[in-house]
Amino acid sequence: MSEKFDVIVVGAGPSGNAAAYTAAKAGLSVLQIERGEYPGSKNVQGAILYANALEQIIPDFREDAPLERHIIEQRMWVLDEESFVGTHFRSDDYNKPPYNRYTIIRAQFDKWFSSKVKEAGALVICETTVECLLMDGDQVVGVRCDRQGGEVFADVVILADGVNSTLARKAGFHGEIQAGNVALAVKEILFMPQETIEARFNIKEEEGVVIEMFGKITDGMMGTGFLYTNKDSITLGVGCMLSDFKENPNRTSPYTLLEKMKAHPSVAPLIAGGEMKEYCAHLIPEGGFYAVPKVHGNGWMIVGDSGGFVNAVHREGSNLAMTTGRLAAEAAIAAKAAGKGFKAKQLASYKQALDESFVMKDLHKYRDMPQVFHQNNQFFTTYPELINQAARSMITVDGIDKKTKEKEIFSNFRKSRSLTGLAGDALKLWRAFR
Amino acid sequence: MSTVAVNVEEKLFQNRYKVDHGRPHIKIRQPDLCRNECKSQSCTYVCPASCYKAEGNGAVTLITDGCLECGSCRIICTELSNVEWEYPRGGHGILFKFG
Repeated sequence: MSEKFDVIVVGAGPSGNAAAYTAAKAGLSVLQIERGEYPGSKNVQGAILYANALEQIIPDFREDAPLERHIIEQRMWVLDEESFVGTHFRSDDYNKPPYNRYTIIRAQFDKWFSSKVKEAGALVICETTVECLLMDGDQVVGVRCDRQGGEVFADVVILADGVNSTLARKAGFHGEIQAGNVALAVKEILFMPQETIEARFNIKEEEGVVIEMFGKITDGMMGTGFLYTNKDSITLGVGCMLSDFKENPNRTSPYTLLEKMKAHPSVAPLIAGGEMKEYCAHLIPEGGFYAVPKVHGNGWMIVGDSGGFVNAVHREGSNLAMTTGRLAAEAAIAAKAAGKGFKAKQLASYKQALDESFVMKDLHKYRDMPQVFHQNNQFFTTYPELINQAARSMITVDGIDKKTKEKEIFSNFRKSRSLTGLAGDALKLWRAFR
Repeated sequence: MSTVAVNVEEKLFQNRYKVDHGRPHIKIRQPDLCRNECKSQSCTYVCPASCYKAEGNGAVTLITDGCLECGSCRIICTELSNVEWEYPRGGHGILFKFG
């Protein structure tokens, strides 16, 4: 394998596939290396596909991509032990093609994306783990794989090796990942007849529903739960900051959190009878703007989860991954065309394109969000309880007059957070979201 | 949070693995450190596949067969850096059917 390529892409997730596809389509020689048995076999996501990022790469993807359901309804639930207060947004606008987003099953979707990468002309090698980058001084010149004679060379190496970002860390491009900058999520896929899902969620064939949850289900930790409808299965999961798991005084395991969520009286009937066929765990980089490392250097660029490109507030990741992958490939294409080498200077157009795209603009907008939620866990504990108590009180008809109930609700809020606390919380949220 | 008995082995049983026998991809560098220096032993409850077990004698043991390759154990072991963590050899480890 002592060949030389224009580009080596490490990893075959959304960012790696976007990079390999874009570079190969432009006529560059591309080697893509994936450690799984097939592309997708190591990859975990909720999963929602946002159409726009993929449209920019494969405009007609809807013709043959394996898509589960397009989303027509988004529910947001704030839960306590027995109840939830929620908002639902459902619109027939989301039933007009081209659809905006879909549920997908990553093992199938990634396999499909990879078939497009191969069609575009890239060489894709699976069941091969990249051990480290090969350096010539301060220039990345290739990678070493766990195969006999596994040294391969390239002008540019695109690191799409996922959230653990092993290769860049070993090469010293960035430091250790902090537990406060990643969320640990676990999920299950539960199979049931298509008609059951459609009846339970009040949807027609191909229509889908998303439920995002927060509150008591995370046991005081900063995190969220989710439920997505696939064609004939439901994906259900919960994730919290890894630092919160580590410091949780109850020493709650992720799978215990998941089981409790499945048993919640608002969730249990939706998943009843489902046959569990897989249990997954995955880290999500949620450090945001300040946690994004240096994204390029001499002969290398970093994309997707490996570079921490996730907008945790909006639950967006795979679209940032695809966009960063595409932009990195475009930088490699431009550097090749310019013929002036592949040092950091020649790859700087990647950083510039990132800054000008929605990727860095959105991360910048929410730059203070991780800190605000880290230091104020009342948003995940006290408020969900107060809100549910308030709703229960106002809606229960029990002979107590509404004015008295109102007074009691205000007094509960004041007791729990004090007036200055309430005002401070509102200000913190406004600052973090604006 | 009230206690719920969860059998994580039952969950892992649904998964597909190709175990690299005799070549675990994660190792505890110095088992004595876990026993004597680590107070929290948080890996024993944070690991989503329950690969780390707190033994009655104070030791922590590791069996990587059910590993989901998330990377949490390495990141939370910051004080002692006692987890040696690599991805499994190509083609080995967890093989997600759905992901």
